[in-house]
Amino acid sequence: MGELRLMKGNEAVAEAAIRAGCDGYFGYPITPQSEVMEYLMAEKPHERTGMVVLQAESETASINMLYGAAGTGKMVMTSSSSPGISLMQEGISYMAGAELPAVIVNVVRGGPGLGTIQPSQADYFQAVKGGGHGDYKMIVLAPASVQEMCDHVKLGFDLAFKYRTPVMILSDGAIGQMMEKVVLFDPIPRRTEEELIRQNPWAATGKPKDRKHIIITSLDLDPAGQERVNLKLQAKYREIEKNEILYETLGCEDAEYLFVAFGLSARICQKSMDLARAKGIKVGLFRPVTLFPFPVKAINDLGKKVKGMLVVEMNAGQMIEDVKLSVGCSIKIEHYGRFGGIIPTPDEVVHALETQIIGG
Amino acid sequence: MEEPFVKTEIRKDENIVYKRTDLLVDRPLSYCPGCGHGVVHRLLMETLEEMDIQDKTIGVSPVGCSVLAYDFMNIDMLGAAHGRAPALATAIKRLWPDRFVFTYQGDGDLAAIGTAETIHACNRGENFTIIFINNGIYGMTGGQMAPTTLPGMRSSTSPYGRDVQTMGHPLKITELISNLPGVHYVTRQAVHTPSHVRKTKKAIRKALEQQKESKGIAFIEVVSNCNSGWKMTPVQSNKWMEENMFPFYPLGDIKVDGKLVEKKEVTEKA
Repeated sequence: MGELRLMKGNEAVAEAAIRAGCDGYFGYPITPQSEVMEYLMAEKPHERTGMVVLQAESETASINMLYGAAGTGKMVMTSSSSPGISLMQEGISYMAGAELPAVIVNVVRGGPGLGTIQPSQADYFQAVKGGGHGDYKMIVLAPASVQEMCDHVKLGFDLAFKYRTPVMILSDGAIGQMMEKVVLFDPIPRRTEEELIRQNPWAATGKPKDRKHIIITSLDLDPAGQERVNLKLQAKYREIEKNEILYETLGCEDAEYLFVAFGLSARICQKSMDLARAKGIKVGLFRPVTLFPFPVKAINDLGKKVKGMLVVEMNAGQMIEDVKLSVGCSIKIEHYGRFGGIIPTPDEVVHALETQIIGG
Repeated sequence: MEEPFVKTEIRKDENIVYKRTDLLVDRPLSYCPGCGHGVVHRLLMETLEEMDIQDKTIGVSPVGCSVLAYDFMNIDMLGAAHGRAPALATAIKRLWPDRFVFTYQGDGDLAAIGTAETIHACNRGENFTIIFINNGIYGMTGGQMAPTTLPGMRSSTSPYGRDVQTMGHPLKITELISNLPGVHYVTRQAVHTPSHVRKTKKAIRKALEQQKESKGIAFIEVVSNCNSGWKMTPVQSNKWMEENMFPFYPLGDIKVDGKLVEKKEVTEKA
């Protein structure tokens, strides 16, 4: 068993990056995720592992620093919160197009605009449906605990390099800020230059005489060529959908109703489940851990067993669209959400279940 | 079959005194005839060959006419988003300190959309080389006004000439960044005559050599023509460049070994 610590979610992300063998972190301060870079700077990862940490002049710069470093095969990460992630969309689209691996952490706050610094899940669409221009997807992981903030960094790097794609960890201000115990995985050494070049023959590392020069780009001016790029990306996304779906179920065996929630909302729904079951309502919880790829089949199977689903999100109803697409129109599916930094209480979620689904 | 222009029997190794460097890919350039880009590409690749650092070099190309620079330069390269090349180069050099890293950028890329990335990479004293081609216009998108377009100069978005009252003044970004402590070497050159070509090549060599000593940014501006964008013949455009661009963007070293060379008086007119 690894080292046990009491940490903030943001700190766990930072420590996990060092332990995962991350080569570089590039970021810009924004609440509520600034602890990531603060922790990294204080830890002097350059002395611990040789990892580079740089405070960039903007989120636009940090994502493009990621693009540059990832293009040379390096393992790199950035973190930000909603308005900063909006600024990064250009770079994320370029990285998806150029097929570059990286981990991007979004500690979501309420929007739109400058919004608030309080937790929210309103960036689901941006993360899962694209965000930037063009037909692309990111793998999106939704941690529901400080433990998962740590574990998803390692998982994120594994997936990013396995599929050569940006991976987003879609967290929120509460999970970033709250402290919980976390079991840290044992440090993995950073790859040597030789290992990096051997494992990533596609990377621009300097052209030796005996191989062709490598070009990292998302540009193909020939429409037929650009269509091939798109088809290749789509094939990759289908492969990801086949292999990488993660979800968690709780009390679904005898459930007549279901909460469907990710991240912090799922934590709240756990408590709501207890309250509802104490009242005799047989409700279970379905928590997607990967938001892309979305657990379509698992949720469809459950849709055949339960009478209704309440999708609980800290937004105006975003994941509910994917739940409805997965289940179809056979049962009642409603949304309950609070916005702008308000976290729903377990009681109001139970009330929503009773009024919108059971009595509705 | 047509007789080859150069008879093969005289094309022997012992007869060759000058040839295209193998670091330039043997394919037609996408640049307009008369444009300076091809010359700068060649100088850069010749210098890498002479320094024998092809396997240690990582280049970053911009968005603009030279977006496809990576198709012509036979080295590992990355194509940046518009203006972001200095951010890419920053991270690459930080993570590969023994590699030679350069960005190749135009005026719209470096001095408009990428101003923040340019200034902050310079100010941090990043240890890479910036090659800045300034032709006072957006070439690839069809000749629109650039941050470096001269006062009164016509472009497709300043069809009656750049009116500085409403369109702002041309930005002398090279002078601007030369004042930053992180910048070690700044020079402004041209490639329209053989003597200018030789000077530019020397500057490129100096800039790349500097990376071995980790002294900060080396910044080379090349004032170039854009005969297509300026709607002139190549010869006319070079003459126009000498008469109008050079007085506003005077050639020569601006900062050497971390010290400003001279304060040049410049008249603010076209």
